[in-house]
Amino acid sequence: MINSSVDRAAKATPPPFARRVRGLSDRAIAWIFVAPTIFLLLAINIFPLIWTIQLSFTNYKANRIGREIKDVGLRNYERILTDTDIWLNMQATAHFLFWTIFFQVLIGFTLAWLINRKFKGNDLWTTIIVLPMMLSPAVVGNFWKFLYQPQIGLFNYIVTFFTGGDASSFEMLGSVNLAPWSIVIVDTWMWTPFVMLICLAGLRSIPDYIYEAAEIDRASKLRQFFTITIPMVLPFLMLAVLFRGIENFKMFDLVVQLTGGGPGSITELTSINLKREAFEKWRTGYASAYAIILFVTVFGLASIYVKALNKVKER
Amino acid sequence: MSGFSVTEPTPRSKRIAATLVVLYALITMIPLLWIFMTGFKSPSDAIAYPPKVVFDPTLEGYVNLFTTRTRQTQEYLDANPPETWYEEIVRQYDMTVVGPSKFGERFFNSIIIGFGSTFLSVFLGTLAAYAFSRFRITFADDLLFFILSTRMMPPVAVAIPIFLMYRQLGLSDTHLGMILLYTGVNISLAVWLLKGFIDEIPREYEEAALIDGYTRFQAFYKVVLPQAATGIASTAIFCLIFAWNEYAFAVLLTSATAQTAPPFIPTIIGVGGLDWPAVAAGATIFLLPVMIFTILLRKHLLRGITFGAVRK
Repeated sequence: MINSSVDRAAKATPPPFARRVRGLSDRAIAWIFVAPTIFLLLAINIFPLIWTIQLSFTNYKANRIGREIKDVGLRNYERILTDTDIWLNMQATAHFLFWTIFFQVLIGFTLAWLINRKFKGNDLWTTIIVLPMMLSPAVVGNFWKFLYQPQIGLFNYIVTFFTGGDASSFEMLGSVNLAPWSIVIVDTWMWTPFVMLICLAGLRSIPDYIYEAAEIDRASKLRQFFTITIPMVLPFLMLAVLFRGIENFKMFDLVVQLTGGGPGSITELTSINLKREAFEKWRTGYASAYAIILFVTVFGLASIYVKALNKVKER
Repeated sequence: MSGFSVTEPTPRSKRIAATLVVLYALITMIPLLWIFMTGFKSPSDAIAYPPKVVFDPTLEGYVNLFTTRTRQTQEYLDANPPETWYEEIVRQYDMTVVGPSKFGERFFNSIIIGFGSTFLSVFLGTLAAYAFSRFRITFADDLLFFILSTRMMPPVAVAIPIFLMYRQLGLSDTHLGMILLYTGVNISLAVWLLKGFIDEIPREYEEAALIDGYTRFQAFYKVVLPQAATGIASTAIFCLIFAWNEYAFAVLLTSATAQTAPPFIPTIIGVGGLDWPAVAAGATIFLLPVMIFTILLRKHLLRGITFGAVRK
């Protein structure tokens, strides 16, 4: 997607205007207009990244300012990659990613498919469905924690009402088995609308004449669904998965508020673990190496994925 | 509508679709309605079991949110007469003011940082987007890709060096520091969205203006800017929503002076734990503007979310 949009941007770049030089040249104006943005991005994004790389080879601790900074080479990286706890966090993150994306794609696509029927008032209901994704994940996470409370929470009440279980023994956030699902539920509630909107855009991009042609060929509705609808929406769906994947790999606010990584460390996703290393244990060098490993992982997975996505689009 | 179309869904399938979508929308609404309702409950109603749908509404949560009250003994009440008008009001409800809450302050910080960074990212973003849209720039594709790729970095990872950098520059826990940071995060979105909008404005308008003797700058702000107004407005809302909701940087890089509302709301403590009505009241006040924006802007949602890459 990224590559192709860049291609499109390049094609859209026009030949220069007939030049009426008055004061500054176009080239000068262009640079004056772009420079502040580039400068800010260098200062806020690129410079910190380079600094993180540099710190990752040291034993620096940000809370001890006077301490001598020693170069430790690749030791931080070695320790992270051999630490079994970190692999558990990675595993938790992978599970979280898998299930959230699974549910969000399933429900999001279904909703988009239904909404595409253009029934009366679908604009209103779509807007209501979209609301959760516009809200603050931290505030929302905090409130879901209230809904999940064993004795007083609405969620628990509803679940135990329908299943007939004992409310006090049913603890979404306190149980090792259920706590990861509590995050999956909230994340799905928040972000299904996002997948839905992108799928809707995909469905609306399919021209009617394809279905009309299929109808003339007497293809069944089911067949049309699998040979037209699904393949045409697939690039959009994959785009949605990419965005959700990157976002959920970085997931922090919602989980901090909901479970704080607990019980134990069962919901301690990588970014929560990273925060703990960097801002609670103050192992800045170590945390920097960890950050770089995570960043390289996202970047690597994302670029492989984008390649696959472009292949699907070319078909 | 003329003639028969095979792609038009049957009334029956529309009815089924509508039923399912409405059902999902109603389920989605429950937590939001519950936040809203809890804000008007008394502390005992908020934690009642089974959960109370019908209750006596009270403004206690909202009063608590702004004043941080706790119930006091009669001796304390007798010994400490009310000093201010709001203490007087609160005392009538058999309570006393312990101290002013920080919610107002935090909310105000959210407004300053949110609007400040939105203004800056839209301002810089418009300039850059215009340049990318209208001029031939060396390495334009690479620059645009670079701008987009800055969004892939996890906030916690960037927070470490930003924290160190801000400490050195004296920017930590300041409004300016947070405004610059959020601008840095938002600007990629702003440039990409605005470029899409500006690309759609016919360049003939400017050419005409240039021939009429306008300078390039005049053509930009007298012709292009008014044309791009809707696009600029919806970009601004997206930037604002991000800055408004952001939590990770806020919790890691601010504490006393520049903390925004998202890290603060979950810490509103009452008697014996979180004061849920006050938390819900704070959440309601905080979430309401975004909900209103969303409803007003629903037409632009799709383009904003997909960077304009998806056209209808």
